[in-house]
Amino acid sequence: MSFLNTPEPIDNTWERPGERPPLTTPEQTFTTVTDTVCGIVENPKPPRAWWIALGVSLSLLGLFGAMIVYLLFTGIGVWGVNNPVGWGFAIVNLVFWIGIGHAGTLISAILFLFRQKWRTAVNRFAEAMTIFAVACAGVFPSIHVGRAWVLHWFFPVPNQMDMWPNFRSPLLWDLIAIATYLTVSLMFWYMGLIPDLATLRDRAKSKVRQIAYGIPALGWRGSNRHWLRFERAYLLLAGLATPLVLSVHSVVSFDFATSQLPGWHTTIFPPYFVAGAVFGGFAMVALLIIPSRELFGLKQLITIRHIENMNKIMLLTGSLVGYAYAMEFFIAWYSGNSFETFAFLNRAFGPYAWAYWIMIGCNVIAPQFFWSKRLRTSPWFAFGIVALINVGMWFERYVIIVTSLSRDFLPSSWEYYSPTWVDGLTLLGSFGLFFTLFLLFVRFLPMIAMAEIKTVMPAADAHQADHKPLGDYWGDFPQGRAERSRWRASVGLEAKGDNKLPAGSRFDPPADQDSEEVTS
Amino acid sequence: MSAVTPWGLLAEFEDVPSLLHASQAVREAGYTRWDAHTPFPVHGLNDAMGLAPTRLPLVVFAAGLTGCSSFLLLQWWTNAVDYAFNISGKPFFSIPANIPVTFEGTILLAAITAFVGMLVANKLPHWYHPVFKSSRFARATNDRFFISIERADPSFDPVATRSLLEAAGAVVVEELED
Repeated sequence: MSFLNTPEPIDNTWERPGERPPLTTPEQTFTTVTDTVCGIVENPKPPRAWWIALGVSLSLLGLFGAMIVYLLFTGIGVWGVNNPVGWGFAIVNLVFWIGIGHAGTLISAILFLFRQKWRTAVNRFAEAMTIFAVACAGVFPSIHVGRAWVLHWFFPVPNQMDMWPNFRSPLLWDLIAIATYLTVSLMFWYMGLIPDLATLRDRAKSKVRQIAYGIPALGWRGSNRHWLRFERAYLLLAGLATPLVLSVHSVVSFDFATSQLPGWHTTIFPPYFVAGAVFGGFAMVALLIIPSRELFGLKQLITIRHIENMNKIMLLTGSLVGYAYAMEFFIAWYSGNSFETFAFLNRAFGPYAWAYWIMIGCNVIAPQFFWSKRLRTSPWFAFGIVALINVGMWFERYVIIVTSLSRDFLPSSWEYYSPTWVDGLTLLGSFGLFFTLFLLFVRFLPMIAMAEIKTVMPAADAHQADHKPLGDYWGDFPQGRAERSRWRASVGLEAKGDNKLPAGSRFDPPADQDSEEVTS
Repeated sequence: MSAVTPWGLLAEFEDVPSLLHASQAVREAGYTRWDAHTPFPVHGLNDAMGLAPTRLPLVVFAAGLTGCSSFLLLQWWTNAVDYAFNISGKPFFSIPANIPVTFEGTILLAAITAFVGMLVANKLPHWYHPVFKSSRFARATNDRFFISIERADPSFDPVATRSLLEAAGAVVVEELED
């Protein structure tokens, strides 16, 4: 399978003081970016792997549909839910998918506000993934209610009972938060797509393609008067989506935290859920992007540094999640509440200990390998780790939901929860929905934001000649160990780890440096 | 077929510096009905064209306030006035229990306004435009930069405007029909 491990075209993972690393390979131009990204969509024959993956995904999607129909015709009894554990797989899957849906908006909004320009190569991908994950998440509570045909009772519209929804309930907060999140994410994604759809329209060779891309492109003509408002609206949406993304998983955690159940009734839940969501979401982005950049030849745009940056975020958020697990235990003991203490001891050493230790192994221990630079810059090693993280994050929700519900205050109402085959196949089927949507996306829409990636290329900057010595994203990049140490010696960096440049070195910024920041 | 009416001129530029230079020249020559077309937002072009900032943020702020107050009002009216029902002794209306929905409503209305407001202010969708008649213009969404000047501009002169664009570094200047 050598085609799955082509060499990296550039090693931009090391730090050079005073310079920023290039985000594309040096030979890239605006034309090559357009050709590379559009080429995937315009290729009349997608790779064989795409067809195989689509076949598998469609079968799983069919399975998903069949399981839902079976459930709707038979009733919730086909699931393993029992009297204390009323939430079971459906809510575990809801929280799992909604968590995955967080990385997209994090990358597109929060990294945008922090001017993290590497986001331009991965944001389209991540936003698409967000929407598909939220779509999967939405299915589970809808079918879990049992009577899916009266779902409109959730919304403040007049119904046959002449009643309004109870806005004081966290479950309703959750519904409104997720609906808002889906709407805002869709608008954000589509807005970013408009200029790229126009590119596809203008390159279209057939009338059908021209019309199919032309209608959603809305007649975009790259007018700078339009770009002015477009950029402002984009910034506003990023500013609005940032508190939104933090609120959504906080609200999801309120479903648990506002109840009285030991193991749920904790104030750490909102930040802990948000950290976990970012962690799991990035793991899913990496899981999709590592094979995609190999299959579609995108290594010159999604460089090894992009992978490394995502791995660093996973190391951080994974450790935050590990801290939250430890803190939960500490508070359970420190509170002196015997129910709380029991809930946590039961998690780690009770009947669900197997799930707990899978969670700890995948979420806390696995990402620690990313401390090693060598490992976090090896894409296929990282692929294995992020696959484990996805498993671990699913088990986190399983542990939280099932252990607390199955053993609450009264031992007489304790019961062990076992999922049925319908539970398992429905979970499997939801991956079918997710991957079908994702595969259609990579086939028919530009998976890299072309207009955005062009803004971080050297040629986009009119002043490039003035501050070239500062090497903002370009310049010659020494490849390999020997060349790097030669370069370090040439600018006066002798000792290893010494990153402070001597005064007057050629990489010092000139005194009258243009202080304007390039905004993307 | 009706007779073609000339619409204006379209000039093509090869790179960002020459586009910025030319935009400055066109603005200084006093043109008002003109535009630049670029494949991505070019930093510094708004200043070179002398464009005023958009009022979109104010509209979005107003929409946020509307969302905040209307969702608060909705919760109060439905749960405390129109059909007050007692749930485990909780107050019919209290600010803390109603904050999450109010917050989401604020964001929802503000975000929809930012998106729709951008489209409305830009007069999009607008599927027909004279610039699309030029075969060169397909590169405006790829790797080339364009300036279009309308005939309706008071300073427009078929000869003088063309030579202005050529002097500013345009590689090609062509006539467009409406």
